[in-house]
Amino acid sequence: MNPFSRAAGKIAPLDCSNVDTDQLVPKQFLKLVQRTGFGKFLFYGWRHNADGSPRPGFVLDDPAYRDSKILVTGRNFGCGSSREHAVWALCDYGFDVVIAPSFADIFYSNCIKNGLLPARVSEKDAHMLMQDAEAEVDLESQTITAGSHTVPFEIDPHSKKTLLEGLDDISRTLKFEKEISRFEKDSRIPSVL
Amino acid sequence: MASTLFEKIWDSHTVTDEGGSSLLYVDRHLVHEVTSPQAFEGLRLGGRGVRRPDLTVATMDHNVPTSNRSLPMADQTSEAQMRALERNCDEFGIRLFGMGSPNQGIVHVIGPQLGITLPGTVIACGDSHTSTHGAFGALALGIGTSDVEHVLASQTLWLERPKTLEVMVSGVRQNPRAVTAKDVMLMIIRRMGTGGGAGSVIEYRGKGMTDLSMEQRMTVCNMSIEAGARAGMMAPDEKTFEYLRGREFTPKNYESLVGEWRELRTDRDAEFDGTFELDIGGMAPQVSWGTSPEMTCDVTEDVPDPGEFAAGDESRLRAAQRALKYMDLEPGTPIREIDIDRVFIGSCTNARLEDLKEAADVVRGQKTAPGVRAMVVPGSQMVKRQAEQMGLDSVFEDAGFEWRESGCSMCLGMNPDILGPGERCASTSNRNFEGRQGAGGRTHLASPVMAAAAAIHGRFVDARELV
Repeated sequence: MNPFSRAAGKIAPLDCSNVDTDQLVPKQFLKLVQRTGFGKFLFYGWRHNADGSPRPGFVLDDPAYRDSKILVTGRNFGCGSSREHAVWALCDYGFDVVIAPSFADIFYSNCIKNGLLPARVSEKDAHMLMQDAEAEVDLESQTITAGSHTVPFEIDPHSKKTLLEGLDDISRTLKFEKEISRFEKDSRIPSVL
Repeated sequence: MASTLFEKIWDSHTVTDEGGSSLLYVDRHLVHEVTSPQAFEGLRLGGRGVRRPDLTVATMDHNVPTSNRSLPMADQTSEAQMRALERNCDEFGIRLFGMGSPNQGIVHVIGPQLGITLPGTVIACGDSHTSTHGAFGALALGIGTSDVEHVLASQTLWLERPKTLEVMVSGVRQNPRAVTAKDVMLMIIRRMGTGGGAGSVIEYRGKGMTDLSMEQRMTVCNMSIEAGARAGMMAPDEKTFEYLRGREFTPKNYESLVGEWRELRTDRDAEFDGTFELDIGGMAPQVSWGTSPEMTCDVTEDVPDPGEFAAGDESRLRAAQRALKYMDLEPGTPIREIDIDRVFIGSCTNARLEDLKEAADVVRGQKTAPGVRAMVVPGSQMVKRQAEQMGLDSVFEDAGFEWRESGCSMCLGMNPDILGPGERCASTSNRNFEGRQGAGGRTHLASPVMAAAAAIHGRFVDARELV
């Protein structure tokens, strides 16, 4: 994973709370066995009619928001299914940052694993940022600057470190081999083989 | 120091701590075909193996057809995903309950049924409804595919310590056959909101919960994720130990483990970070009217006005307006006047034997309403066999229901079981999101009894008038 320090670009506003991962990537696209190519399925159901024909009017299809790098949205973003495909789709589409008042837990964790920054801001700041055209997001200082204003965002220290250093979680964990083995030796959990 | 059930399991599974997160050991890793292929591919690319295949179990549930399985599969991409799981399990030495196995079923139904789910364990699965297993006093975590790979490689997970949330349910349901565990959970979600449990692990407590059977507890814990929680759990008790006794994978030293598990409960003086209270005394059956599980009301109520529902919250207002448009419902319409086209009795929430028995009691000797297509999809092959031994398949089929093979089916419609655009369904599943059961399909969440009654009457009826 590439280290993340800052991102800058156009903002796409999606003023909606409880956006679930079924909306981010509908189930018919979960049958692929690779991690790539999900960008075209992002918000598929909101961008297409039930018969598959394009449905105009969705924010990402507005030329003003084409090539946006930053999605600003409502609280509890990414709720529902644990499908990591939702994050793969956001990344593949071109988003570097999602800004929201809160995120669903599994979605948040999936973001970190894929180098997508989930930035928590207040409801007020989220609504203010939805009015802005562009922003610059700095992870080290945990700030978002848009026009003349700068607002703080929250991220837990472990996730921040993971993103800043572009850490591979598994290699890091396997450094604790001794501790894991010791735990296994003391544990009496029966096998299922 | 006094600690909660969650804290006891967390502390006893912490391998190490670093930077505010803990590395937790996973005792049981459950794998299915949809969220695992990229994880296995990651292992291969990284030159890594599966650390503990003996603690890993796989099944196929999301994609499997529920119609005649002797026929070739219609959907080639589904078949490819299932074949990939077979190859991966074969390569890495993982036990697989494939489509032909007598133990095949929805991963959250078969885990407990086979005695793989145990109290005091940490269980992980690449599926958000893993919280189901919390009914046994396990810490059961839904994870994404990167974490599936992480668990396969290391048998551990990094987690920021969640908050603890006590959900205290008091009172006695007046008609427990009509007002079920599903109704109680829908009420909890309705009151807490779909983000209400965010960052927390719920422990369900109180007489309203301990009164429940194991299968009912699974229904409650299953939908913890719909309240936004990281996991949901209940302390194990004699019902738990009895349920697991003598199952296929129940440990040989079971009785000595039971002795230890009797201590596995929240200490008297332990404190939770938060508490939510609910009295279920006069509760009515619940039906969802919108596109989020929190958009739910009593069966005796009307579809609410979005403004009333939002109570001054702008984004809630927009969500409710959008939901009513999608659901094609007018505010003020009585729930009992909503006509339905389809009925789905199934899913990891409500496809266990008790669920099917309760539904069958409503259906017995009746016929589905004209124009209604109803199906029952047992949660596992074992549930299906047990139900058939009791003659439930005939009860349903005589009434005009389809009796299917086991799988996730129309809960999420990855297999051919989907709603058509505009079709309205009474569903015992867990999510009423837009398009969840099929593009343009409209889902009303309800209990098995309520869904069965809706099939007979062609619209929602108050189950309290029937049972």
